[in-house]
Amino acid sequence: MIDESVVTSALSEALRTGGEFAEVFAEDRRSSSALLDDGKVEELTSGRTRGAGIRVVVGETTGFAHTSDLSEAGLAKAARAAAAAARGGGGGRQMVALDRVDAPSPNEVEVLPETVAKATKVELLGRADEAARAAGSAITQVSARYADGRRRILVANSDGLLAGDDQVRTRFAVSCVAVGDTGMQTGFESVGRPIGFELFDEYEVDALARTAANRALTKLAAQPAPSGSMPVVIGPGGGGVLFHEACGHGLEADLVAKQASVFRDRVGEQVAHPEVTLIDDGTMAREWGAYAIDDEGRPAQRNVLIENGVLTDYMWDLLRARKEGRESSGNGRRQSYQHLPMVRMTNTYLANGSEDPADIIAATERGVYVAHLGGGQVNTATGDFVFGMSEAYLIEHGEIGPPIREGNLIGNGPEVLAGIEALGNDFAMGSPGTCGKDGQGVPVGDGTPTLRVASMTIGGTAA
Amino acid sequence: MNPEELLEIAERIVGWGRDGEQIEAVVGHSQETDVRVYEGEIESLSVAESQGVGVRVIANGRQGFAHAGTLDTDVLEETLAEARDNAVFGSPDEFFGLAEPDGVAPPELDLYHEALLEVSTEAKIDMALELERAVQAGDPRIVGVESADYGDAVGADAIATTTGIRSSGRDTSCYLTAYSLASENDETQTGFGFSVGREPGTLDVAEAAADAVERATRMLGATQPPTERVTVVLDPFVSAQFLGIIGGTLSGEAVLKGRSLFADRLGDQVAAAGVTLVDDPTNPEAFTASDADGEGLATRRNQLIGAGQLERFLHNSYTGRRSGSASTGSAVRGYASTPGVGCQALSLVPGDRTPDELIAGIDNGVLVQGVSGLHSGVNPVSGDFSTGAEGLRIRNGELAEPVREITIASTLQRMLLDVAAVGSDLTWLPMSSAGVTLVVAEVTMSGA
Repeated sequence: MIDESVVTSALSEALRTGGEFAEVFAEDRRSSSALLDDGKVEELTSGRTRGAGIRVVVGETTGFAHTSDLSEAGLAKAARAAAAAARGGGGGRQMVALDRVDAPSPNEVEVLPETVAKATKVELLGRADEAARAAGSAITQVSARYADGRRRILVANSDGLLAGDDQVRTRFAVSCVAVGDTGMQTGFESVGRPIGFELFDEYEVDALARTAANRALTKLAAQPAPSGSMPVVIGPGGGGVLFHEACGHGLEADLVAKQASVFRDRVGEQVAHPEVTLIDDGTMAREWGAYAIDDEGRPAQRNVLIENGVLTDYMWDLLRARKEGRESSGNGRRQSYQHLPMVRMTNTYLANGSEDPADIIAATERGVYVAHLGGGQVNTATGDFVFGMSEAYLIEHGEIGPPIREGNLIGNGPEVLAGIEALGNDFAMGSPGTCGKDGQGVPVGDGTPTLRVASMTIGGTAA
Repeated sequence: MNPEELLEIAERIVGWGRDGEQIEAVVGHSQETDVRVYEGEIESLSVAESQGVGVRVIANGRQGFAHAGTLDTDVLEETLAEARDNAVFGSPDEFFGLAEPDGVAPPELDLYHEALLEVSTEAKIDMALELERAVQAGDPRIVGVESADYGDAVGADAIATTTGIRSSGRDTSCYLTAYSLASENDETQTGFGFSVGREPGTLDVAEAAADAVERATRMLGATQPPTERVTVVLDPFVSAQFLGIIGGTLSGEAVLKGRSLFADRLGDQVAAAGVTLVDDPTNPEAFTASDADGEGLATRRNQLIGAGQLERFLHNSYTGRRSGSASTGSAVRGYASTPGVGCQALSLVPGDRTPDELIAGIDNGVLVQGVSGLHSGVNPVSGDFSTGAEGLRIRNGELAEPVREITIASTLQRMLLDVAAVGSDLTWLPMSSAGVTLVVAEVTMSGA
């Protein structure tokens, strides 16, 4: 993407006015997508962005500039702007010679999407449309989207680090509308992996489309969700969103340092049931949040956050770790070269428990079973979080009963962690997600076994 | 880059069109400064310039699109070639077509304030520092300011088509925002405040700080109330978010594709009589005001709901043509996407009572000052909504204790009919809808 000598001179330029640390992050991203809606392939879209972000650190201050001009002159100009923004300093730091060390990628790509004919990608859309409509005459609208992306990055810094990664992602999503006596309902399903077009050897788009269609059809018969607090059983897979929100964000070191986390000063404490082990793992092969290096050049790691119910550590990026005199945990990520990195999750999951999931449901007299979760949101300072239930059922007398309409659940992170009272042995990863923080979105994965939380508040309308 | 230079680039691309092809080129450029301070120091200072181009090609009744994040000539050529190639694989649709000049004159708006360019970076940093100090000093229970930011942008864009559209413009914008942390008896609450404008001189540090302090401190001591059905009063910041979602259901695209819950309701009473909903990007008060839409047509005032009656849907060229009407100047997009249909500056026509007067008339209710999980809790197709919320109880006409960990739920259809009053406090916000205090009866509040 850029010559090593060009990177070296940009770093030297960035340090010239007294910076203590300088970094060049270059990115070349290509994307393609195809959308079918209303029975027609509406459009194919191709995108290309390329550029570099340069940061210079002096004391507590980070200066940042970015450019889409990757020439020596373009980078030098951005380096000067970043150095000026960092306001100089007495550092006078010398550049350490770059030493290229590439980490192995957890993801192997067999068929680069850019080598696949557009007609082949479009053909998947038609199949999904047909399969969804065949699922029931009540299906009145279908949209299907194919998307792939390739992101090549190069990171170099004044400590001599030089590393790169070639990140490929392929994704397919189907969304359906069903119409019945109760109005319209929607159903959604998606798959995605950090691999190439071989994704479709693993997943049949017809089956995905049927799942999406059936979610919409099921909800036509759904009754209003209950309101108030009761036990909640979360099915395997998508329940990871719960932990992403309930405690994942609160374990990000940047928020902890600013006193904006309820988990501040709680390392070493028992925060959950002794069977609860929560892990953030950027090396998890072929999962949506996996990569070889983070966006600061640090190899991805497996980080145990909660072990047997005890809070063991937070997640770290480079700057926050330097301050504490420790190493980054490989969680420094950014949306693009136009953004500064910060602490982000990768694949966050709750490890398997020991109970038979059927027993967990049978032992629940009355509650809600959430089979598929939507997105969520958290206030890390108070711990209050919400997440949506996009497919859920009532549990009555230990059995899964009628479907309920969509709604949010609300809870408090530390309380929900303490309230986990049963963990199944049926661990699964969920759907690919995008996590938003401070205006930046990055791909993340999550997973859980079946589990029961003693009490959460269901935001329905029924008494 | 100025709008004329961008228009020249767009025209150059359009000039490469072949016989039988329609081409649209959208070019954008922006220059941004962002300052974040923390504990009296600059935490980060970013200066950035970015640009991009989007090209849409329609040929043989099929459409293709491509975009790129640079404006080098070879990239422009590659982007056009890619869009052209993409058009081969789309399905034919007789209604595809670019916008055509429709004779509507664009409004004269004053969106570009030269004064912003004359403000030094030092002065911008000082504003962020001043904001942080003002929040910190606002109340002894404020224990931290998670972030205090100043940001600004100078943007320019241009659009040209083979159908004769030529449009370009530029604008300036700036903002201050603070996130505060208040603490008492081992409990922490958060708040935020902001101020937006077109030049730094109009930003109000004191007001942004006061909001951030009040929102956090008044939540201290909040508890989870029992579940009940109550009257809710939505704070302007909250009502604006709901309006945005309702506006989305009135897009011609949602209607044509069978995804709008109001599809067959034109002429029906869909809201309480006090509800008049207008999308008006020609309003100079709107932070999102604009003289042209995403296809280069002049923006215009569109009344969607008048005294509770559904009057109109919004359209871009495609949905207008396909529904047998015309574009309402409501194409929305960035350079990296094809035009969708959407609201640009949506607002309710305000009522005549202040928020205090409205609250004084409520015996049992909740003032909702913040909602969370809107993206997962509102289904704009079915109309079901359920969102996390926090705020203050209203008892006997007065604000009472704070409540948290609640959800409010209803359907969008019911909520519009249950609007009991619209406040007089219309506030333009940095989003495509304005806020106003809104009283909604019969909403389920879930709690303990």
